[in-house]
Amino acid sequence: MYPTLFATLLNTQLWHLVPLVIAVSLVYGATRHELMGPILYHAYRAAVWIVGFMAIIFAILFAVSWNL
Amino acid sequence: MSTEENKPEVDETIEVDLRDPGLAALLAWFWPGAGHLYQRRFAKGALFMVCVLSTYFFGLALSDGRAVYASWSKEDRRWQYICQFGVGAPALPALIQNRLVRGGREPLFGGSMAPPRFVNPNGRDELSDWHKKLNTRFELGTLYTVIAGLLNVLAIYDAYAGPFVPAPEEEKDKPPPDDEDK
Repeated sequence: MYPTLFATLLNTQLWHLVPLVIAVSLVYGATRHELMGPILYHAYRAAVWIVGFMAIIFAILFAVSWNL
Repeated sequence: MSTEENKPEVDETIEVDLRDPGLAALLAWFWPGAGHLYQRRFAKGALFMVCVLSTYFFGLALSDGRAVYASWSKEDRRWQYICQFGVGAPALPALIQNRLVRGGREPLFGGSMAPPRFVNPNGRDELSDWHKKLNTRFELGTLYTVIAGLLNVLAIYDAYAGPFVPAPEEEKDKPPPDDEDK
C-alpha cells in the first residue's frame, strides 16, 4: 500500500500538500502553546484534522462526480 | 493507552515576558521569528522562522521568482500581494521592482519579483507567457507564498499577545454568577 501511495504522491501535484500541512500545523500549534512538547502534540492533531477534512471533501467530490 | 495519557504536559501556567509587544510585533512582521527572538522565546522564534521562510522561499523558487509581485493597475490587480506582504522584508523587493518597472526602467535581479511589463487581458501578454512557461508552478508558488504571509500574521499576533489559550472547560460550563443566586 505505502509504495503505491508514495508513487501516487510523486507522480501528481499531491506531494505539494505535505510541506504545507507540516508548516501550517506547526505554526498553528505554536500559536496555542509555549513549550515544544505541547506544540508538537497540537501540530500532530492539527495535521490529522486537516488531512482528515480534505479526505472527507475528496470522498464527497468523488461520490458526486461518479459516472460523470 | 488513551489519547489523554499521551498528551504532553500542559503549559497554560507559564508566564511569558512579552517585553515591548508593539516592537516585537513589528520585528515579527519585518522578519518572521525575529519578534520572538527579541522576546527571548528562541525555540518558537526558530520554529516560526523556519516554517514561514521555508514556505515562502520554496514558493518563490517554484515559480522562478514570479509569484510575488506588486501591481495595482486596472488590468492586473495582484490582491495576493496583500497576503504575501505579511512575510515582511522578503516580500519588500516587489515594491522596488514595481517602482522601477512603472518608471520605465529595467528591474533588478533578472526581473525576479517584478510585475509583468505589459498586460493585455484580451490576448497574449507577459503574464500569460509566465503561466505557459511555468504551468502549475506559478499558481503553486502563489499558494505557498500567500500561505507563508498569512502564517506570519499568526506569528505576529503571538509575538504581540502571547499564545492563545482557550478558556478551561470548567470555566466555560460554569453558569454566570447571577444564575447561582437563583
